[in-house]
Amino acid sequence: MNILTGNNLESGAVVWWDGTGWSLYVDDAVDVGDRADEIIAREQSARRVNSAYVLDASRDEKGVRPAHIKDRVRALGPTVRPDLTLKPKDATAMDWVI
Amino acid sequence: MYKYDSYDQAMVETRVEEFRDQTRRRLEGKLSEEQFRPLRLMNGLYLQLHAYMLRVAIPYGTLNSAQMHALADIAEKYDRGYGHFTTRQNIQYNWIKLEEAPDLLADLAKVEMHAIQTSGNCIRNISSDHFAGAAADELIDPRPYAELLRQWSSFHPEFSFLPRKFKIAVIASETDRAAMKLHDIGIQIVKNDAGEIGARFYVGGGMGRTPMIAPPIRDFVPLDQLITYSEACLRVYNRYGRRDNKYKARIKILVHELGADEYTRQVEQEFAHLLEQGVEPPLAELERIKPYFADPAFETGLPTEIDRSDPDFALWADQNTHPHKAPGYVSAVISLKPVGGIPGDASTEQMHLMAELSKEYSFDESRVTHTQNIVLPHVRIADLHALWTRLDAAGLGSPNLDTIEDIIACPGLDYCSLANARSIPLAQQISKRFAETGKTRELGELKLKISGCINACGHHHAGHIGILGVDKKGVENYQLLLGGSEAQDTSLAKITGRGFDEAGIISAVETVTDIYLDKREEGERFLDTYRRIGMDPFKEALYGE
Repeated sequence: MNILTGNNLESGAVVWWDGTGWSLYVDDAVDVGDRADEIIAREQSARRVNSAYVLDASRDEKGVRPAHIKDRVRALGPTVRPDLTLKPKDATAMDWVI
Repeated sequence: MYKYDSYDQAMVETRVEEFRDQTRRRLEGKLSEEQFRPLRLMNGLYLQLHAYMLRVAIPYGTLNSAQMHALADIAEKYDRGYGHFTTRQNIQYNWIKLEEAPDLLADLAKVEMHAIQTSGNCIRNISSDHFAGAAADELIDPRPYAELLRQWSSFHPEFSFLPRKFKIAVIASETDRAAMKLHDIGIQIVKNDAGEIGARFYVGGGMGRTPMIAPPIRDFVPLDQLITYSEACLRVYNRYGRRDNKYKARIKILVHELGADEYTRQVEQEFAHLLEQGVEPPLAELERIKPYFADPAFETGLPTEIDRSDPDFALWADQNTHPHKAPGYVSAVISLKPVGGIPGDASTEQMHLMAELSKEYSFDESRVTHTQNIVLPHVRIADLHALWTRLDAAGLGSPNLDTIEDIIACPGLDYCSLANARSIPLAQQISKRFAETGKTRELGELKLKISGCINACGHHHAGHIGILGVDKKGVENYQLLLGGSEAQDTSLAKITGRGFDEAGIISAVETVTDIYLDKREEGERFLDTYRRIGMDPFKEALYGE
């Protein structure tokens, strides 16, 4: 599947296109098919996102998994600071990243 | 240390307000990202893997306690309670909000700091010997000249859009503690046969994808022509450096392609021309700067021996102090490399503590090292135990300076959008492995440096052991390098062979250290043994070849 990610313009936070807006959680990401360029142009123009790009991912029973390790690290947070990730209390949260 | 005059302060405050306006216009949609990006980068604000990252300049690595306290406050107020000290003596914050960046810069300006020229194709922060003004082996304090270069290079209109970024280091001893020959310009302050003080220029060094050691291009430049000669070096580069290919745009490529002799000839020609133009700052400016770097009021008649009854303290004092020019004093190095920790990271609380200790024990001064540690430059030997006790209680007392645990590591794929592989987890695992096996002391001086990509922010080319992270079909892979040095015996490390996965590279490091322990002769460091026996025994142990 093709999903979109970028950074929130004001905060810089990593966000994922969920079909109607931008979510902090990669599991909310939806397949944009071949509409990536159109959505990116519209959303960047409206200043809702910055530096957006499209990437390969797959969805399994546990959630959406970006294909490349760099995007998986983006999705959760630094692997060396679990306390700063989106799921600081989940000891298994990092299992699918590396 | 240097204090801003009214011009310095006005420049920095004006820039803050200019950036505040630029940020407002970006958030209102009056500037596109394409227009805004070079403006934020000129103020040190990057967009990294997880958020905006701000790089703050620490000129020649020198801080007073008010500045260190301010860096701690910024970590608490605008970031997530920590900062990362870098290999160019700066500090980076990883979780900055664009909307808050102007306020952050205003807070920095209150303590005479900024983030100007910490990015972009301009002259970056001037770096220096972290023991400057304190080291027993130093000719003179190089920092007045580093400060003069800082003033000259700040907002220099001709050098704000160079072909590529430009880094300068200044030292004043034969021992190189600033990786001087791996800079675009390395300046070593020297004494000539007539006993006069001048500057030796090395030009065209660097790491990155094409590492090169800077050749010397002039043995002696009179110090009252230092800026003029620097200007000549930059002018030739600005005129002929490549702008069509960013991978060939650094001055090292120009010097290499022209040849050092031809580059030097052109610099000398430009230098002769510039001498007629009067571009050197008036001597009065240097004389105004110098008193800021005058020695503090060192006491005399102080004890020169430590009480060795506490073995843990004695170990730290032996490992983490450096000889001082004043009897009864040493420079103390605070390791930011706890076993299993993140190299270069310091929490808000640790920064506040280091600020307090610098005020209490080191004449209100600390230094950031390019090896990502902190130095208290002027500590009475009699105060060392009290200092160590407080450091140790805060997790800052690791006795591992210059050992295999004292690892340089770039932020890598955990933070950096350019990285191909993670660096920090390797550093954590290696320091743990060697601490657990107890081999750290046995190995002695061993400099291990890790980069998460070919840009080499972790100085892997210059490690006795270097590790380079690469992307192998979407999977992290690590190349092992041996034989590098960034000291006065600068050399570039060579790749051992095919790469390793994460577990494999940790074992590979252990393998090469075992070869060293087996083959070393009396008094040899790892690097010395490698240079004597060559790569083959290490390759054989690693690959069976």
